[in-house]
Amino acid sequence: MTADLDQPVLEVRDLAKSYGDRRVLSDIALSLWPGEVLAIVGESGSGKTTLLRCIDGQIAPDDGEILFHSRSQGVVDLATLSESQRRRVIGNDLGYVHQNPRDGLRLDLSAGANIGEPLLQAGLRHYGRIRQIAGEWLAKVEIDASRIDEPPLRFSGGMQQRLQIARNLVTEPRLVLMDEPTGGLDVSVQARLLDLLRRLVADLDLAVILVTHDLGVARLLADRLMVMQAGRIIETGLTDQVLDDPHQPYTQLLVSSVLQL
Amino acid sequence: MNAPIAKTESTAGSYNFAYLDEQSKRMIRRAILKAVAIPGYQVPFAGREMPLPYGWGTGGIQVTASVIGRDDILKVIDQGADDTTNAVSIRKFFAKTAGVRTTTRTAEASLIQTRHRIPETPLKAGQIIVFQVPIPEPLRWLEPRETMTRRMHALADYGPMYLKLYEDIARFGRVTTAYDFPTVVNGRYLMSPSPIPRLDNPKLDRSPALQLFGAGREKRIYAIPPHTTVKSLDFEDHPFTTERWSQHCARCGASDSFLDELVVDDRGTRRYVCSDTDYCDSRLAAGGGR
Amino acid sequence: MYVAVKGGEQAIDAAHDLVARDRRGDAVTPELSVAQVEQQLGLAVDRVMAEGALYDRRLAALAIKQAAGDIVEAIFLLRAYRTTLPRFGASEPVETAKMAVARRISAVFKDIPGGQFLGPTFDYSHRLLDFALEEGDASLSEGETRVEATTGPDHLLPVSHILEREGLIEPEMVADQPVGDITRTPPTYPADRDVRLQALARGDEGFLLSLAYSTQRGYGRNHPFAGEIRSGHVAVEIVPPELGFAITMGEVELTECQMVNQFKGSAEKPPQFTRGYGLAFGRSERKAMAMSLVDRALRAAEFDEEISAPAQDEEFVLSHADNVEASGFVQHLKLPHYVDFQAELDVLRRLRDELDLQEAAE
Repeated sequence: MTADLDQPVLEVRDLAKSYGDRRVLSDIALSLWPGEVLAIVGESGSGKTTLLRCIDGQIAPDDGEILFHSRSQGVVDLATLSESQRRRVIGNDLGYVHQNPRDGLRLDLSAGANIGEPLLQAGLRHYGRIRQIAGEWLAKVEIDASRIDEPPLRFSGGMQQRLQIARNLVTEPRLVLMDEPTGGLDVSVQARLLDLLRRLVADLDLAVILVTHDLGVARLLADRLMVMQAGRIIETGLTDQVLDDPHQPYTQLLVSSVLQL
Repeated sequence: MNAPIAKTESTAGSYNFAYLDEQSKRMIRRAILKAVAIPGYQVPFAGREMPLPYGWGTGGIQVTASVIGRDDILKVIDQGADDTTNAVSIRKFFAKTAGVRTTTRTAEASLIQTRHRIPETPLKAGQIIVFQVPIPEPLRWLEPRETMTRRMHALADYGPMYLKLYEDIARFGRVTTAYDFPTVVNGRYLMSPSPIPRLDNPKLDRSPALQLFGAGREKRIYAIPPHTTVKSLDFEDHPFTTERWSQHCARCGASDSFLDELVVDDRGTRRYVCSDTDYCDSRLAAGGGR
Repeated sequence: MYVAVKGGEQAIDAAHDLVARDRRGDAVTPELSVAQVEQQLGLAVDRVMAEGALYDRRLAALAIKQAAGDIVEAIFLLRAYRTTLPRFGASEPVETAKMAVARRISAVFKDIPGGQFLGPTFDYSHRLLDFALEEGDASLSEGETRVEATTGPDHLLPVSHILEREGLIEPEMVADQPVGDITRTPPTYPADRDVRLQALARGDEGFLLSLAYSTQRGYGRNHPFAGEIRSGHVAVEIVPPELGFAITMGEVELTECQMVNQFKGSAEKPPQFTRGYGLAFGRSERKAMAMSLVDRALRAAEFDEEISAPAQDEEFVLSHADNVEASGFVQHLKLPHYVDFQAELDVLRRLRDELDLQEAAE
């Protein structure tokens, strides 16, 4: 897919959100370009997941703009779209990988059906083709093709997560949002998943916003890094630069507290 | 040979014409108009308790009662036959409360109320067919909640229905939905055509007649205006198929109608006869048969 | 040659004759009168009125006789009759606080102003079949005098008012918007409490009883106490527009149950007891109590309680509470379905043929 490299995929401006008196997001601004991976890091309570969910339309922000450069409708402000408008404008162009794969899968349907659903929503009506593409993607995420008709209920956590990733990437979305995609998995499974993600991101030239509390994951996958604390962005820059030479005291604290194994 | 058109005396004075009071009819007609304006969309209506039980066709009866006029000629069928007990019961109900002429001839009827079949004789412009519907929501078996299915219709989120077809093909090699096969009306709304067999689905498509659907217990009315496209769900490489029999009708020889399978003796001997009694009778009368 | 069975019309007429014959029973036994049903099967009459949603003892008794004692069938008869009646207005809300109480009990206080009235109740009877009833009226043997039924004073202070005065129980909201009407508007979800209560009032007693029971066994527990149960007659008043003031049309017998439930508080409000409400025609006490437990369970969302149990599931409870709908749909399976069945046979046979072909090929 040839992306228009002159235009960002996503621009967030002046985003704010409060729950009663509690401010959870303030003055959030970011840009994301085609093929870029941006990691948002911070402790729990920093607002990073809230930000992700605002972009995905799960939460309505109080202020600000979320400008998405769609394929067919130009620039649209996601913050102002209704649900049916979102579907029309975005279609399958925006993926969301949940931390818990069970939240992003249809557990009672087969693996093949899970991958097939976005294709069906995109209008594909050829059973053989859907099955073929599903089979290809199972291979890409290293799930045995013979399991295409099994429901993910029976899959291991790591396999469920890989299925969720396949389900999100099958329509080659412009933007993928990932919420702690390796959270909850044990270390060796994490490593395998990270490897897979790194490969897929490179092969498909995906634009990704990745939320994580794990700086190691950020370093491995992300081109740029954004550090959040108490609802604000306190530092941003190229991943290696920020991690090797943090400017802000909070960032320094974060970096130094990572166990070096 | 024409079948006699029965004319009965209405017991005027004991009931309003066609049983329902005029306010109720007005309310139902408003729902019908809305349904016709939005083909395939289920319009909620405040259904009344009728003297027949829910499940026996109260929705169809309320729709018929709201559109029937003194000059209408009414045909009532169940499983395609005029003489099944419930069709008889409903026909009697309208004969008593509306005093309209009744008929068994599809071609002569202006208004047809049906359960589970569409007549084999093609319908004409000016005819109205009223379907009795048990479960109006085609997504009900995938999603029991009304709050969810309403949203799915609003967003045209019909992926789960196609997924059901996909899973069938993956598991059985074919779609296993036998009747009440889901359709898309006018390219927009997913609709349950009521428990008609697949053989009848193509008859819905661009029919010159007005097709009305009444679900009394679930309190929904929907409609297909004349000449509207109705497409049964399928995949390009697994197209929609209908039932087929290896035999013709044992009575009239028809090879294109839905056949009832009758078990005629203890050995399990089978006989196949047209389910549509009027169609079978007409063919016989015209010199068909074996 | 085999001929399909015709004569459906005659079969139906014959079936009706048989019903009439069975209903009468043997000719030697005196025919049951509607008055006898009304007087001597009063609790059945109460239930038919409550779920038939029509207050008329004589009509309910007639329905019971016509239905040969099938209560759900009698309820259907009454509901269908109700459809034919014109509605000429709405009454003022009845004031149960002014009820001429025949029975009033409370489980939350040992003693309450006005006292506890047992009234007529099976509650403390020993469930031993009384064979003397076979002979005639056993309770009037010689020399015994009848207890005169006394009614309590009107205006017995409701127990909930005692708790309300101290702010210990949530006050009942006064409706500042039009009350919904389930007989005029089809149900939509989410439903408001007025609509829910209407549906519960005419809902099947057995269904509500089981759901109520389930809450007590942990499926959506809400710690109920019977704050007050009262039975008796209340006046029904209307305000004719021409007059501009209230006139009494008559009275109805009602049973009302106020449950006192699990207390709740929030950041804005101090903790208070919460409420469940039940109301039924006649002396339908079991129904009123079951209704009040289910009412409270369906209010789970109001109190931020996790909705985890069937009794808390609004759509599930309200969609399935009406026994006229339920009976109709369950029993409709008796109607011919041979065309749909034929369609299923076609699919099944095809699948099996394909399986056979596969196996033959292997």
